[in-house]
Amino acid sequence: MATTETFPVASSEGVAQAESPLKRFLSDYCDSKVAIGALFVIMAIAFVAIFAPLISPQNPYDLGEIDILDGRQPPGSIGLTGMKFVLGTDDQGRDMLSAIFYGLRISLAVGAMSGFLALCLGMSIGLVAAYFGGRVDTIIMRIVDLQLSFPAILVALVLVAVLGKGVDKIIIALVLVQWAYYARTVRGSALVEREKEYIEAAICLALSHRRVVFRHMLPNVMPPLIVVVTVQVAHAIALEATLSFLGIGLPVTEPSLGLLIATGFDYMLTGNYWISFFPGIALLITIFSINLVGDQLRDILNPRLQK
Amino acid sequence: MSVFIVRRLLQSLAVIVAMSLLVFFGVNVIGNPVDILINPEFDQEELERAIKALGLDLPIWQQYLVFVENAVKGDLGKSFVFGMPAIQLIVQRIPATLELALAAMLIAIVFGIPLGMWAGLKPDSMVGKTIMGGSILGFSLPTFWVGIMMIMVFAVMLGVLPATGRGETVEFLGMQVSFLTADGLSHLLMPALNLALLKLALVIRLARAGTREAALQDYVKFARAKGLSPRRIVMVHILKNILIPVVTVLGLELGNVIAYSVVTETVFAWPGMGKLIIDSMQLLDRPIIVAYLLMVVFLFITINLLVDILYSVLDPRVRLQDVKG
Repeated sequence: MATTETFPVASSEGVAQAESPLKRFLSDYCDSKVAIGALFVIMAIAFVAIFAPLISPQNPYDLGEIDILDGRQPPGSIGLTGMKFVLGTDDQGRDMLSAIFYGLRISLAVGAMSGFLALCLGMSIGLVAAYFGGRVDTIIMRIVDLQLSFPAILVALVLVAVLGKGVDKIIIALVLVQWAYYARTVRGSALVEREKEYIEAAICLALSHRRVVFRHMLPNVMPPLIVVVTVQVAHAIALEATLSFLGIGLPVTEPSLGLLIATGFDYMLTGNYWISFFPGIALLITIFSINLVGDQLRDILNPRLQK
Repeated sequence: MSVFIVRRLLQSLAVIVAMSLLVFFGVNVIGNPVDILINPEFDQEELERAIKALGLDLPIWQQYLVFVENAVKGDLGKSFVFGMPAIQLIVQRIPATLELALAAMLIAIVFGIPLGMWAGLKPDSMVGKTIMGGSILGFSLPTFWVGIMMIMVFAVMLGVLPATGRGETVEFLGMQVSFLTADGLSHLLMPALNLALLKLALVIRLARAGTREAALQDYVKFARAKGLSPRRIVMVHILKNILIPVVTVLGLELGNVIAYSVVTETVFAWPGMGKLIIDSMQLLDRPIIVAYLLMVVFLFITINLLVDILYSVLDPRVRLQDVKG
């Protein structure tokens, strides 16, 4: 909260509290054991995703390391090279555990990337709408309302039909699906901030619009946004998995969890459940723990619930 | 009032035009349909004839104008793959999707309301907490994966329910339906339950919130003071009052359920509109993609328009605000 120190007008609440806001935030967060657990799970998942090439038992996409004769082995079986397949293998003889590590990497990267870009886009548009008001605001909010009146999957279908396949296209589609949620949230809190004295003071100092919006308003509308970010990143991951499962998401060269599940689905009816079961569990744990963290953040950032 | 309706109608029209532009031009620049649809062994002459027959030789804006002209007449083009009018193909699939969506709504109401009321009457009990935890899970679980797991358990492991398809159908009100035959019903059960899960979670939350609120109201206290049995209070007095918001929200959600049936239909190979659009997107069957997206968008715009008008009738503040803004 560096900005609150630079602008004495806004820092009156900081003086009233004995402990720093960050410390208070952390201790509030730690009230819930479930939330702490969920945060650790997310960190573990992120660790696995980042270091997948170092910690997975094999490189599942190096043809030299896999053997098709190991294909569709059940969990716990030993491969031809003496390697143990803890979670079994897929039809190509890939170790499922390694495939899941690599899949998490892609799913998380796509989810986080589109979440971040949607945040930047939605936040800027929302701030502009609230700051300038009038016609700009009306037009922007009409578009937001319109988009939010359609279910996310339908918007995604339209965009995928229009944009086509590919990692970049899917990220663009996810950003365009999600920006409206950020824009609405930001506009809501920015409208409140705009009426406060520190913004008036900043305008009186003849600072540029850009500086007022991004340096003064932005830091103060961040808290409610953090909750939206966590929820929307979880949504983005789930939506990408769904689109990939339907065969209209990522291309086969980027095997995310959704694609792993889709591959496994072909073998489900013959009883080889592990090929799609375990990637699904990984996806579920990821989405569920992000949602749990989001829930806890909502509780502690909600002023009405504050002690 | 009429000013408000006219404004809303114009807005809806503008959205439809914008959508048709976006979808048509977007879809028509992806891939080259000539490569996909025309036999590569054709010689030059046959190739040109085929291109002409599909109307692909015209400049794209002219293709759009032809498309708009035909669309107004109710003709959204012929499927490249099936060689049939796109509208006819989609309309054929509507009963299957509608049946699935309505069955899902029914499941959501029949199970969601009692569970939600239970959780609302005993919010601190073990059962109440479990129900609420389950509803959070319902929001988090990806639909398609739940569907796969249902197939795994009920079709592969237990072998009690069929995994895919629609089963035996009979004619009912001029539509082919499966719920009237035992075989069809067993096919319908899993997909309907799968599609119902999200709405079930929603109904549980609505019913719980409604019950908690209603339980504190004076009319409930009065009913209790009159000496009515707790059963009658819950089943008649509370239930009646929470039904209104639940039914309103679910009515609005019908379009949503139809949109999400895309996922369920693909998992269970249910031959509805959703499966058709996904198959068409993979084959780049552009007329069907365009027709489906336009039809569903049209459906949504109609629903939204009706809701807006209804709200403005019920709450005059809405339309005053709009006319001013």
